[in-house]
Amino acid sequence: MSTITSTRTPVPSPVQGGRPVYRVTARRVLRSEWAKLWSLRSTWITLGLGLLFLVAFGLIASWQFKSRITSGRHMDGDFASSTAVSLSLFGTNFAQLALGVLGVLVTAGEYSTGMIRSTLAAVPRRLPVLWSKSAVFGAVALVVGTVGAFVAFLFGSGIVSGTPAALSISDPGVVRSLLAAGLYLGLIGVLGTALGALLRSVAGGISVLVGSLMLVPGLISLLPSSWQDHVRPYLPSEAGASMFALHHEAHTLTPTAGLLVFLAWTGLAMAGASWRLMRTDA
Amino acid sequence: MIEAQQLTKRYGETTAVDRLDFTVRPGTVTGFLGPNGAGKSTTMRMIVGLDAPTHGTVTVNGRRYAEHTAPLQEVGALLEAKSIHPGRSAFDHLMAQAYTHGIPRRRVEEVIGMTGLDSVAKKRAGAFSLGMGQRLGIAAALLGDPATVMLDEPVNGLDPEGVLWIRNLLTGLASEGRTVFVSSHLMSEMALVADHLIVVGRGRMLADTTVEELISQAGGDTVQVATADPARLREVLAGPGIEITGRVGSEELQVTGMEARAIGLKAAEAGIALFQLTAKALSLEEAFMELTRDAVEYHGTTETSGSAA
Repeated sequence: MSTITSTRTPVPSPVQGGRPVYRVTARRVLRSEWAKLWSLRSTWITLGLGLLFLVAFGLIASWQFKSRITSGRHMDGDFASSTAVSLSLFGTNFAQLALGVLGVLVTAGEYSTGMIRSTLAAVPRRLPVLWSKSAVFGAVALVVGTVGAFVAFLFGSGIVSGTPAALSISDPGVVRSLLAAGLYLGLIGVLGTALGALLRSVAGGISVLVGSLMLVPGLISLLPSSWQDHVRPYLPSEAGASMFALHHEAHTLTPTAGLLVFLAWTGLAMAGASWRLMRTDA
Repeated sequence: MIEAQQLTKRYGETTAVDRLDFTVRPGTVTGFLGPNGAGKSTTMRMIVGLDAPTHGTVTVNGRRYAEHTAPLQEVGALLEAKSIHPGRSAFDHLMAQAYTHGIPRRRVEEVIGMTGLDSVAKKRAGAFSLGMGQRLGIAAALLGDPATVMLDEPVNGLDPEGVLWIRNLLTGLASEGRTVFVSSHLMSEMALVADHLIVVGRGRMLADTTVEELISQAGGDTVQVATADPARLREVLAGPGIEITGRVGSEELQVTGMEARAIGLKAAEAGIALFQLTAKALSLEEAFMELTRDAVEYHGTTETSGSAA
């Protein structure tokens, strides 16, 4: 029974002669994650749903506004002060769920299926995998979100033309709002991938995502009202909404501040995800 | 070449891998053997950096796995648990792995051909049978044309034809000068392919040896003979490399290093009558069981009494 046989000198690979030279690079990891994203049917379905939500709900809101105006029915204050931009972007509330959930699936799905073992065996330095997944999916969500926002506005503004909400694409702030909505959805995608990597569970990632975007704003109303005004604008959902709001009101953040706050939330989730990826066994 | 030094993995109170030191050399098939729960899979996961050792180090071709510029070219690993997304086709899965290293599409098609997956390559991997899944795992392991091939329980779920294919593949890879490291809990399977054996139980090293050594250590091939005059028979059979044991006052002798046929002929020449002449070949399986008896984590209830052997 021999135990210790240690030769510390690096041994060259025995079968080197004529072997191709491969190498892992950041671009190649990106390429791989791009291929992984599009080779799953769920990607196509969920992106399609996200786009559909974004456009369809924008059109429904616009049509609802138009029909109330023409029938002369009463509208509550918020809805009455709608603009073509706010009506068209009504669908972001729903599109963010589809895109955020797909973001969670991109990372947490690898843990639930076991794919992560193959992924990390190919890229054992690990962090490039997280960056690539976030970058690839963030970019895709950004494109889908931007295209959806412009399409929704194109038709939505047509529906509400001739009403007090009417706006054209050349009006000040409109293009910025639509681009910001696309950017917000892109960042939601990044947030989803970060939460998935942080929690390593599809169910957990989706719960936290939905909770922080939809439940926490409701819970805030339980706080004393003097606190509410100070806390509310900094919530992910509120800060995100400030990014693409056409007019910034007294109790909301400016678009730039909203972007910075939302970037901070995303960065926080990303930092947690990186820490867990590097520190714990896969 | 895989080198482990004092490699240890603890999960809270339990120690899955306990101070292992071993070297897996190129050009041979090294079997990694042990009962279920012996720490084989954990050791393999540490080799490719999926788990971090609690203590000690393990290197591949002189460096930690993660430090290589082209990890898949250093070690191709098939791990025990499934490592695929069931929604992706076999081809897409391999292609995604290939992209990370700049491995050409041609090589992906090559490993698909080598593993006999051509007809199902475009189907969802989630619908694969156990054997097909195993072949896909092996295709992924071979993708980077690796200097070291590491397979965890590769014959699991394969049909006889698949098992034979694996055996030839392993010996073929070793003859090309590669390091081949294969785990199994089946000694009989290892005996057919492995030159070198690393036996573990409960995370500890039990033997780092060759197949022949293991058999001879555990008693080798013995022949049991019985005669009225054991003392004379001893004299007749004595010779270099022949070992004879027997209790005083007993008619029985145990002879190693000589075949039953030769013993019979010699006894006849000397005119000694034999009452019994039985070849008792200790199988590798028995040698293995003997070695790991104390290290088996989950005993069956119909355990044989310890008086045997």
